[in-house]
Amino acid sequence: MADELICACRKRRPSGFEVDANLRIELAESPVTVLFGPSGAGKTTLLRLLAGLEQADSGEIRFRDRVWYSSARNVRLPPQQRRAGFLFQDYALFPHLTVARNVGYAARPGRQRKLLEAFGLAKLAAEYPRAISGGQQQRVALARALAAEPALLLLDEPLSALDAATRGRVRHELRRMLIEGGVPSIVVTHDRVEAVALGDRMAVMVDGRIRQEGPVDEVFRHPADAQVAESVGMENVLPVQVVDRQGGLITVDVGGARLECLDTGVSPTWACIRAEDVSLARHTPEASSVRNRLPARVVSVLLEGPLARMELDCGFPLVAAITAQSAADMNLQTGDLIYAVVKATAVHLTA
Amino acid sequence: MDWQAIWLSVRLAASTTAILLAAGMPLAYWLAFSRRRWKFLVEAVVALPLVLPPTVLGFYILLAIGPRSPVGAVYARLTGGMLPFSFQGLLLASVLYSLPFTVQPIVSAFAAVDGKLLEASWCLGISRLATFRRVVAPLALPGIATGAILSFAHTMGEFGVVLMVGGNIAGVTRTVSISIYDQAQALDYAAAARTSIFLLAVSFTVLALTYALQRRFWWRFW
Repeated sequence: MADELICACRKRRPSGFEVDANLRIELAESPVTVLFGPSGAGKTTLLRLLAGLEQADSGEIRFRDRVWYSSARNVRLPPQQRRAGFLFQDYALFPHLTVARNVGYAARPGRQRKLLEAFGLAKLAAEYPRAISGGQQQRVALARALAAEPALLLLDEPLSALDAATRGRVRHELRRMLIEGGVPSIVVTHDRVEAVALGDRMAVMVDGRIRQEGPVDEVFRHPADAQVAESVGMENVLPVQVVDRQGGLITVDVGGARLECLDTGVSPTWACIRAEDVSLARHTPEASSVRNRLPARVVSVLLEGPLARMELDCGFPLVAAITAQSAADMNLQTGDLIYAVVKATAVHLTA
Repeated sequence: MDWQAIWLSVRLAASTTAILLAAGMPLAYWLAFSRRRWKFLVEAVVALPLVLPPTVLGFYILLAIGPRSPVGAVYARLTGGMLPFSFQGLLLASVLYSLPFTVQPIVSAFAAVDGKLLEASWCLGISRLATFRRVVAPLALPGIATGAILSFAHTMGEFGVVLMVGGNIAGVTRTVSISIYDQAQALDYAAAARTSIFLLAVSFTVLALTYALQRRFWWRFW
């Protein structure tokens, strides 16, 4: 029995938009898979096809040794038989039931109490959903889904209903809860930082098709094509170690080089830098407000229309995007020794 | 006061409401959630009694249940009785006449339940029927209550259909509204006034209670 989810199906909307998704997830290898893409790419539709809330027009979905959907064999399992927990964007808690009854809605007796405690909801057990915060509602929704002992969890933009401040905190909590829940998960998001913070592997969806699949940092660093590059838009995902933090700034080590960034209170393991946020200089700019000036060697120069994509070696690989005009004016060649300049605010740290 | 007529009307209204709740909820569920293209035809048929003169409806029902109609013939063979001018015939007519009054509030209440709640329940492995019982019905309770109360009140007050299908047989088909009509015709205005004020008071109390309860219900969850 293969421990994998295989989906190859098509679904046409009346508007003419078509989802034609080929996706294969090794469940043991990737506890959390991020389904990433711009809005309108068909991510939610694919998630609903997997859950059985919508039926495809043709194709096949297999989960482990069970066929969930097959147009050829005329199999269409209803959601009840798929055991795929679904987390809605706004959580869809039952408003007429207390927190405890929401969590216990589909749970065996002992499991309800265990989950209430594991998710820190014991004190809220008697509250109704409208009386608790967004972050708490999300925990209730997740506990409710896990209580039914699902074989797979599907999360549709789980953080989008939260305000920005809560989102940063809950992001890391969610990753921990998903891992501890021990159920393979697919998380839909269009947020780069979320993708990095939550996922082990990611699949990028553009215009209804899966365009690339792989480890998260891989996909960000090596987008398969220009459209994927445009949609991920975060070419640099770098492993970091904290060296120092003071005065609201945090200094991290990246492959021997140092980066200064804003301290957001998390203990970071990744730094994300958009290629457009990296500028280049021939000489180290003095009297500048920019915190990070890194000596770099030009590894390659690739012209993409009005942009020049430069791969640099700063002790770690760094991708920069500058205008083709600037690249020509500076006469940048492979092997040149220059400086990469990055503002502290352009470095996004995630756990 | 014509207590016999009042008791008959209450029995008729209660039976009508019970039948309409049992049959109306599946119909309302279908009307609220189905995406069939010809749904509008069913909606129109359900709404017909709202606009049709009661005499027209009564006339067609009378034809349909008469001893020479298929329905009447089958009924006669099964029970040995006849539907026109009987309580059972009157009950059938009341059910059809009050159908939109039960079904339409329930349809609106079902449609107002967020579809994602149903889907969430299905994904938790709960069957459609159990989801209806545990999520849809509790959330639609005010609408279901409204439908039940409207059909009860509407049946209590119906006149034209009763006259066409039931006639005016004391203890069998003489309902309270027919009784008031009789009293007024006989120039017994005092008796008509007593029965009328009784009906008015009951109707007002029931409706006031309904609206008060609904308000409390919605305050609880939102």
